[in-house]
Amino acid sequence: MRKLATLIGIVLLYTACNTNDNKTTLPIYGNKDTVTKVIDGKAIVDTIYQTLPAFKFVNQYGDSITNKSLKGDIYVADFFFTTCPSICPIMHRNMLTIYEEFKNVPDFKIISHTIDPKHDSVTVLKAYADKLGIKGNSWWLLQGKKEETYQLGEKNYLVAVKQDDGTPGGFVHQGWFVLVDKQQRIRGYYDGTVAKEVEKLVADIKTLRAETNTEIAQ
Amino acid sequence: MKLKVIGVLLILISIIVISCQSDDELEFKRYYTNGKVVYQKKCENCHGKNGEGLSNLIPPLTDSAYLKNNKNQLACFVINGMKSKLIVVAHKSFVGDMPPTEIAPIEVAEVLTYLNNSFGNKLGITNVEHVNADLQHCK
Repeated sequence: MRKLATLIGIVLLYTACNTNDNKTTLPIYGNKDTVTKVIDGKAIVDTIYQTLPAFKFVNQYGDSITNKSLKGDIYVADFFFTTCPSICPIMHRNMLTIYEEFKNVPDFKIISHTIDPKHDSVTVLKAYADKLGIKGNSWWLLQGKKEETYQLGEKNYLVAVKQDDGTPGGFVHQGWFVLVDKQQRIRGYYDGTVAKEVEKLVADIKTLRAETNTEIAQ
Repeated sequence: MKLKVIGVLLILISIIVISCQSDDELEFKRYYTNGKVVYQKKCENCHGKNGEGLSNLIPPLTDSAYLKNNKNQLACFVINGMKSKLIVVAHKSFVGDMPPTEIAPIEVAEVLTYLNNSFGNKLGITNVEHVNADLQHCK
């Protein structure tokens, strides 16, 4: 009898731990590396997660934006161009709901990279932003060299998507929203054309904000 | 006996009334149903599932007055698109480009019937003859 009680106790504990895990953490995408550090004479294995590389773009106000401008921010990134007749309107209609939800949150941003920098000058991007109805600095529309944008998109942001899919190229056209944490690690991919996925993204942003706030508290 | 005759007559009359109605109604329904498919394929990404448009970038399709006033131009807008044309829809100005769409006149008629009778609009059928006539007079 006592044995049975212990067994039930163990099972209960185990399931309790499990549900806690599921609730509070998002996966960390990208390649992992481990380093062994020696602290107080003990060898400790530490995991190094892939972070996004340095970049430099210009936003709709003509300000230069680098990865340092996003330091300490959770952000969502996507790729678009202002004259895109296919999936961009639907993506930005969805992105607008995210903007409305979080625009007053100081440590949250949205960055949209144009993949047509030749046409989408700073002036064009500003006009687009005005027409879209976005103000302030919580949603930046970024313009830069085409190769650098593609490089960042296909080699960095969408690297996990690439691994899953296996085919090269074209990912910047597929309407992905990428969620990045304050350490500039990728934490989620969402199809920006699907309302359900966008709802999940909103929930995940909240989860991620809660997670980082606890980390800072510790 | 009299009752039977009246009954048969009533049934006959109602059959005639129903079949007359359903000729027009059937045509409308056929246009509308096909138009919904065309809309989903060719228009929905930009104009939205509920014709809501997108902020001041893409006009909504909910302004019945605009649709009515421009009834004879709508087919041209669909086929030729718009280039830097200023339009005022639902009290907002839009200056943008709408891409041309390569679809048959019958599909234009279907999609116009769909959007003219969705999203709060109730403007009746736009048939293919109407579309063909309008396409002769595109500005």
